[in-house]
Amino acid sequence: MSPITRKRLGRVALNAAGIAVFLFAVFPVYWMVTTAFKPNDQIFTTSFIPFPDPPSMDHVSRVFTEGVAGHSVWRYLLNSTIVALSAVVMGAVFALLAATAVARFRFRFRTSFLILLLIVQMVPSEALLIPLFTMVKRLGLYDQLLGLIVINVALTLPFSVWMLRTFVAAVPKELEEASWIDGAGRFTTFWRVLFPLVAPGLVATSIFSFITTWNEFVFALTLIGDQGKYTMPVALQFFVGQRSTDWGGIMAASTLMTIPVLIFFLLVQRRMVSGLVAGAVKG
Amino acid sequence: MAHTSTVARGGGEPSAPVRRNKPQARRTGLPDWLVPYALLLPGLLVIAALLLYPLYQLVDMSFHQVGLRQIRAVNPSPAEFVGLDNYSSILDSDLFWTSLRNTVVFAVVTVALTLILGTLVGLLLNKLGPKMSTFVVVGIMAAWATPPTAQAVVWKWLFDSDAGVVNWALNLLPDWLSSLVFGRSDWSGQPWFNDTITLYLVLIIAVVWASFPFIAVSVLAGLKSIPSELYEAARMDGATGVGTFRKITFPLLKPVFSVLIVLSTIWDFKVFTQLYLLAGGTVNRDAFNLSLWSYAEAFSSPPKMGLGAAIAVVLTAILLVITFVYVRNIVKTEDVR
Repeated sequence: MSPITRKRLGRVALNAAGIAVFLFAVFPVYWMVTTAFKPNDQIFTTSFIPFPDPPSMDHVSRVFTEGVAGHSVWRYLLNSTIVALSAVVMGAVFALLAATAVARFRFRFRTSFLILLLIVQMVPSEALLIPLFTMVKRLGLYDQLLGLIVINVALTLPFSVWMLRTFVAAVPKELEEASWIDGAGRFTTFWRVLFPLVAPGLVATSIFSFITTWNEFVFALTLIGDQGKYTMPVALQFFVGQRSTDWGGIMAASTLMTIPVLIFFLLVQRRMVSGLVAGAVKG
Repeated sequence: MAHTSTVARGGGEPSAPVRRNKPQARRTGLPDWLVPYALLLPGLLVIAALLLYPLYQLVDMSFHQVGLRQIRAVNPSPAEFVGLDNYSSILDSDLFWTSLRNTVVFAVVTVALTLILGTLVGLLLNKLGPKMSTFVVVGIMAAWATPPTAQAVVWKWLFDSDAGVVNWALNLLPDWLSSLVFGRSDWSGQPWFNDTITLYLVLIIAVVWASFPFIAVSVLAGLKSIPSELYEAARMDGATGVGTFRKITFPLLKPVFSVLIVLSTIWDFKVFTQLYLLAGGTVNRDAFNLSLWSYAEAFSSPPKMGLGAAIAVVLTAILLVITFVYVRNIVKTEDVR
């Protein structure tokens, strides 16, 4: 075999492997979406039907009108959105303040605080479920979205601060100093100089928190008993428990829940990696 | 990241004239030394109240008997101190050993498979042309982005006994091959979720599927940071592909790998959502891992919160040991100081 043929064959093999990886990754998602659009006789069959023929909107419209657990999925999507957006806004404010402190000031306990952030991130949230459940009960926040919101702020905050501090540190300090020389106060400098420059990082961090909160299952399952206040993941598990054979409806609901995450994911994918690996990847 | 900016803008310390006074913010309200603490306060309060205090409470509860009467909103009765009783009943329970086994075996197998597959895909992405590489990255994003509940539901559907596509595909295999490998040729109606072993098999596939993209993209980012001169030099010296991986790629990516291993271990050790959904809640006690067992004891009726807390303490203790390694690594590589 000539070296050129061998090289070409190698390229073909690599591309084939790439396509195999692509198919393995995408097929379950593809199957979820197509099942959502298949009429029932194409779902409950032992033969392989790669594409809905003809596509049917039955399941999608059913989860909106008839819904799950007595409510339209609109309700659960709305609950999920309320929880995720509120948690993100609160978390963003707290995280930005803390990240500024850590990135802009040298003070006692700074290193201790950073190490605390790392350790706290590693405590399994499932372990905190029991004490937080009793706390929420005692405070009368059981069945309230507020309880869920506050807990999600706490769960996402350590990572947000950790990620955001690199964005704050990347803003040249001279810009703030120039603003001080011009006579601006601390708050004006923060708001007019630092904030606009950190905003892209804040968006990336917020999207990450949004995804985490949107996907959160365990706390939503335990802290909410009222079906009208279910978030999307809990409604989905209720769906599975109740009508384990309505695959069309379940897949339609799963697809609806996945779409916003997928969009956000493609937006922040790069930053998420650098944030999670936290400095180990020098890029 | 921080230090490049000053130099790039021509303000590097060595050449700059000696500054007399560092500019300072106009004094308003707070004294300077107090500012960072004031900024930290809200975040620190949230972390203290909702992460640290519950952690203390968790340990405290594990030494008490906490049931319905202790957790009711109106007039709760005080919890009875039972010492180490909860812990000794964990050790006496058959469930401890099965759930510990499930936790550890699942974590070890899943972490290994995820890392191997993720690394291979990362290496592949590095070799592919730019268009193909983007195509594959977008594809694996889809798996990564799927929410855990949706993941579980989708894999449950793929492995459905009657109409699942996996049983259909297995039936496609030639009978002799299927009998040779699996000892059977007819897969129609194979119930994957009734047996703990096959249940965990599906769980492993589902979790590996969802987590290898993160490893692949991280490894790719690491590979991109290795200077290509090193590989050229190795090629000049006549190194083989495997040799370059062992002598150049792996040592340089070691910090990345150590972080990835610890992160994956932590995530896989406490897997809950996918297991809860695939196992259909807490009915199959044989399939418990530590977090599902803890949940089952604390939230079944009658609730045994103290016992559940003790199990959670055991789980947390194991994870904190692993975390210790992680934090030490980060402190070594990152500018915490």
